[in-house]
Order: sequence, then C-alpha cells, then structure tokens
Amino acid sequence: MPSTSSPGDDPAPGDRASTIVPASELDRLIQVLRRQGRTVIGPTLGDGAIVNDIVESADELPWGWTDEQAPGRYRVGRLPTSEAFGFANPTQSFKRHLHPPRTVLFAASRDHGGGSAEVPVTIAAAESAPPALALVGVRSCDLAALARLDAALTPRTGSRATRSWGDGAGATPTANVDGGPLRALEPFVVAVSCSRPGQTCFCASMGTGPTPGTGYDLALTELVDGGPHEFLVEAATDAGRAVAAELLGRPAGAVDHGRAAAMADRAAAAMGRRLDPDDPPAAGRHLDHPRWRDVGDRCLACANCTLVCPTCFCGATEDVTGFDGEPDLERTERHLVWDSCFGSSFSALNGNPVRASTADRYRHWLLHKLVTWHDQFGTSGCVGCGRCITWCPVGIDLTEEVAALARPTTGVAS
Amino acid sequence: MTADRSGDGEVPAGDDRVSLAVWKFASCDGCQLTLLDCEDELLAVADRFRFAHFLEASSAVDDGPFDVSLVEGSITTADDVSRIHDIRERSAVLVTIGACANAGGVQALRNLADVDVDELRSIVYPSPELISTLASSTPIADHVEVDLELPGCPIDRNQLLEVLAAFLAGRAPNLPTTSVCVECKARDLVCVAVAGAEPCLGPVTRSGCGALCPSVGRGCYGCFGPAEAANTSSLVERLRGDGVDDGRLTRLLHTFNAWAPGFRDQPVAVADPTRSGR
Repeated sequence: MPSTSSPGDDPAPGDRASTIVPASELDRLIQVLRRQGRTVIGPTLGDGAIVNDIVESADELPWGWTDEQAPGRYRVGRLPTSEAFGFANPTQSFKRHLHPPRTVLFAASRDHGGGSAEVPVTIAAAESAPPALALVGVRSCDLAALARLDAALTPRTGSRATRSWGDGAGATPTANVDGGPLRALEPFVVAVSCSRPGQTCFCASMGTGPTPGTGYDLALTELVDGGPHEFLVEAATDAGRAVAAELLGRPAGAVDHGRAAAMADRAAAAMGRRLDPDDPPAAGRHLDHPRWRDVGDRCLACANCTLVCPTCFCGATEDVTGFDGEPDLERTERHLVWDSCFGSSFSALNGNPVRASTADRYRHWLLHKLVTWHDQFGTSGCVGCGRCITWCPVGIDLTEEVAALARPTTGVAS
Repeated sequence: MTADRSGDGEVPAGDDRVSLAVWKFASCDGCQLTLLDCEDELLAVADRFRFAHFLEASSAVDDGPFDVSLVEGSITTADDVSRIHDIRERSAVLVTIGACANAGGVQALRNLADVDVDELRSIVYPSPELISTLASSTPIADHVEVDLELPGCPIDRNQLLEVLAAFLAGRAPNLPTTSVCVECKARDLVCVAVAGAEPCLGPVTRSGCGALCPSVGRGCYGCFGPAEAANTSSLVERLRGDGVDDGRLTRLLHTFNAWAPGFRDQPVAVADPTRSGR
C-alpha cells in the first residue's frame, strides 16, 4: 500500500516529505505521471548516447549505462552496477521544450472580401497547445538552467520586449503578466541528484549542484553505495507529495539522509573541472588579451556550444510562404528559430556583421554567458553542465579559456 | 516582376506566369532534376511559373528574356563562357544551383592538380581532336554576376521551393549559411564526430540539407560547400589528431566543392591521380 509522508511526521531535516522506495518503484512513478496525461521526457539510450526522449516505462531508462565525457569526446559504457542514473548528463538539456528549435509566432492570411480594405490581411496568433510534460531525471545543472532560461525568455518590466515606443512612451509597460514559458508549460519536474559527474562537469563550482536546488516537484537520490538499490524521494510541492504518496516505500530516516549526503559529497569532489568565480570578471577586463585571438583560431564557429547550452536562448525570425498546404501563397507564417551568436548574420547591421571575426564572437558569447548575464538577469548564464566542452568538435574548454584569460601574463597565443 | 516578352511568339496570350529557364553547363543534371522531383508541389509551381526553357521537361523553348534563370554546372569550355554571358543578359534574376555552378564541381579537381589537359584528352578519348576544353573548371560567379547561389550536390528540393516561393512573395529566401551542426542539434541528433568516430565535415559545411548524412549515422562529406566563416584548418588539425591521415583528409575535402574557398586552401596533400587507392 502506498506510503505517505506528511511534513508533520517527516523525520528528515526541513519540511520536505521524504520516502525511501526500491528501484522497482521508478516504473510506478512514470506510470503515475503518464496517467495524469503527461508526456514523460527522460534519459534513455539512443544512437550510442544517453539522450532525453519520451519514455513510456522505466525499462527505457539507461539501466547500467554511463557516459565518459571529455573535451570534444563522448562515449557510453557499461557500469558494474545497474543504476538508472549512473551518468553525468544527457546529450541535450530540456531547453527544446521551453525554447523549441522552431516555433510559429503568428500567421497572416490575405483577406478576400469581408476584411477592411485598408488592411486586407488577417493576423492570427499561433495556435499553441503544448503537451503536459513530466521531466524525469533532471540534473541539478539542468534544473538551474530551466529557471535561468525561463527568466531570459520572460518579458520583463522595462525590457525592450514590452516597452512602449513612440506615442506610448511613458506608459506603464506590462510586467510579467503571463510569465515565462516554464509557467505556461507547468511541467512536473523530477530532479535527480548527481552520483557520477563527468570529467567536463563543474556545477559544484557554479553553485548549481550536484544536489538539486529549487524548482522541482520531486527530487530523487539514487542510493548506490553498496547498500540496497533504493531511491530517496523528497517532495517539494503539493503535486510532488501527491505523486510520492502513490509510491510503495517507507518514510526516510536520518540514516537514509546520511547516505544521500555522503553521496552528494563524493559527487561534488568528483567534478572533473571547476571554474574560479573570480576569473570571469578578470577575463572581462582583458578585452585585448591575445588568448581571444588564439581561441578564435581554434573555434569552428559551428555553434554547437550555444545549441547544447541549456540557457542560450537566442533566436531569429523567418517569414515562411510556400506553394501548397500550410502555409501557402495566400498565408504566411512567422517562425522563431534557434540562432547563434557564432553566425555572421547574428550581429549584421546594414548587411555587415558588427562582430566580424570568430574571436569577436567567442568573446561576446563567453563574456555574455559568464559576466554580463549577471547584469542582465542577476545570475550567471552558466550552470556548469559542461556540454559546451564535450560537444565542441575541437574540444575548446570554457574553464581553461577563462582561467587563461583571467591571467594576462599567461596563455599567450603561439 | 515580369520581364518584357515582346518578340516572344510562343507565350500564350494572357499568360502572366513568371518565366523560368533552366540551363546546363558541365554537370550531371541532378540539380535541375530536383525541380522535377518536386512532385507534390510541381503543379502548384507550374501554376505560377512557365517553364520557358527546361530541356529535361520539354523540347519547346523560347528565347526569353526570362524572369528567373536557374543555372546548373561549371564553366569548362570557351563556348560555355560566351553562353553564360548570353544567358545573363537575357535573365532578370540568375540563380546558380549546385556545387558545380557554385564552386566548379568535382571536375574542378583538375584546378588543384598538375594535370596536362591535352595529354589527358588523348588518353581518354579516341578522337581527342573533337574535344574542346579549358584547363580549369570554374564557378559561374567567376564569369557573370550571380544573384543567388543554392548549395548542394545535389541541391535540396525544399530550398529550391523556398527560393521560388520567396521570389513570388517578394521576400528574401531563408537560406541559412550556418553549419550543418545547427540542423543536427535542432533535430536532436547525436553528434557522429564527438560521440562516434566518423570524420565529419558538418562543423565547416553550410546547412540546408537537414543534416541528412548524420541522421543516418554518417559523417557529413561537405556537399553543400563551406559554411560562412568555415575554419577548416582547425577541423583538419582535430581530424589529424584522431589519426585521420592526409590521404583520407584529401579525399574528404577534395570532392564536389574542392575548389571552394575554405576547402581548396587546406594544408592537405593535393589530389594526386597517381596515388594508390584507399
């Protein structure tokens, strides 16, 4: 029978309901979320990598698989144990659900009679019925990224997205009325503490992991320390408590929380990389550092770093007309598509890019991510997931570059 | 924009469709056949475009002028040179289609090698005196002004339809110049280079194909030509580090876009016809 833990009799520190469930309960968790009508997105093995995709049962989780990540290199491998979350992080984050690669913003149709003669066009907002999602296996880095991406995509008071120009100058802008895409999606979030961080991970030095901060409904810790293969389940919301109540388990005790804390300590110590918080501001003061040109010589400007980054949010608009179907010649759509600051069109003004060289673009990306993001959004744009390092085809390491750029006497290009 | 059709007796009265001409130079016809390959959209295209000169579709041709010319193939003969100037004069908009027209094609390998064209001609053809050829294969843009280049070997049918639709709408076509990686990541494909062992030119190759080869687990072989800002030398260094030897690098880079700036100036061995096989 389901075991419930209410905050009142929770033996754990704090007011979070916590339960210990056997690993076999993961499938029940997924089925409960599916019965709520949610599409469950979680880690699974696909094309030689652990990817986030639709999972319909716990069988589809990557039991016993792990990843080896290094600059410009990724491999999957087998673990001696049958962990469900024994890897660092999937190839891509959950960004594509908040900020899809292509979104229809609105459609416009030619009006043949009926409409005003002056405006023979009908504009219609895009129909959007996003699926109810459950995100399962969200790493602490990706959890932090969800909030930061949401903040970046949320129209803010006084931002250019909402400010009234021209006749409207001085009017009170609309502020945060609709919230960001996260609020619109309202995904159920199952975070999972990191037990095996990768060689490109540095969330511990960014303050975003390895244990999840805020923004989840349920947090899982996979206990794989030689004891029984169990999960510590901690609920942070009413929705989370309701789902946890469906799972078969027992209330967690101090020993269980001790096991989880010990695993978190080991994970924090196992991070392959770190980023010194003092380095980004120093790099930002060295705008003429020769290392910028050096990294520009290595950078392919292929945009992989920005595309796998869980917080990079830039987009471009395209007007789409076609021959048949929708849209056709009588109907046009405006699409928002992923863009990257590594492309020349990104900073093109009057036909020419403001940032002409790849070195300029790398500097813009890195300093926005690590320095001016603080000015713009109050946080770093980096959560330490390490994907930009792993998935760079030539293995450019952001932590290594920042460390070199922070020191004017070192890292000079050959 | 409809070109003046005075003197063109073959245009039916009242036909206000855009006149479209398709031209062939040194090429395999694959790119122009992409137009016929637009099966589902072909009738809709024919509603708006009149095929004024398209020998793969019809032997009935007129002399123009033409609203839009699609030009396939590279310039390899003296006759080609005069013909492309003539076509340019009769075309309001000239779009080159494919790697041959944009970069000289696979036949531009001769530009990179020390090849005696006269000697080759006598080896290959039984009656070499019938063959007239230039020593080089060059892109259309080396000879006349080109309004738009559609990349690929062959071109992508959706990009071709996009250009035609954009022309009708009077807007700029959406033809990204970023790398193939952008399409791979948008499709959430697993990188065949980083997570596999495939030499992949995707990071330096222009997008537009929808990441076709990586979607079936193959490395990109660069048939869309260099992306803007392609840093091929850095990728070459990485591939060398992975143990890809210069012979294989040469074969990787010296294919359909061998003569394209960004690929042709790479520090790899020049294609050598005497090199032993793979």
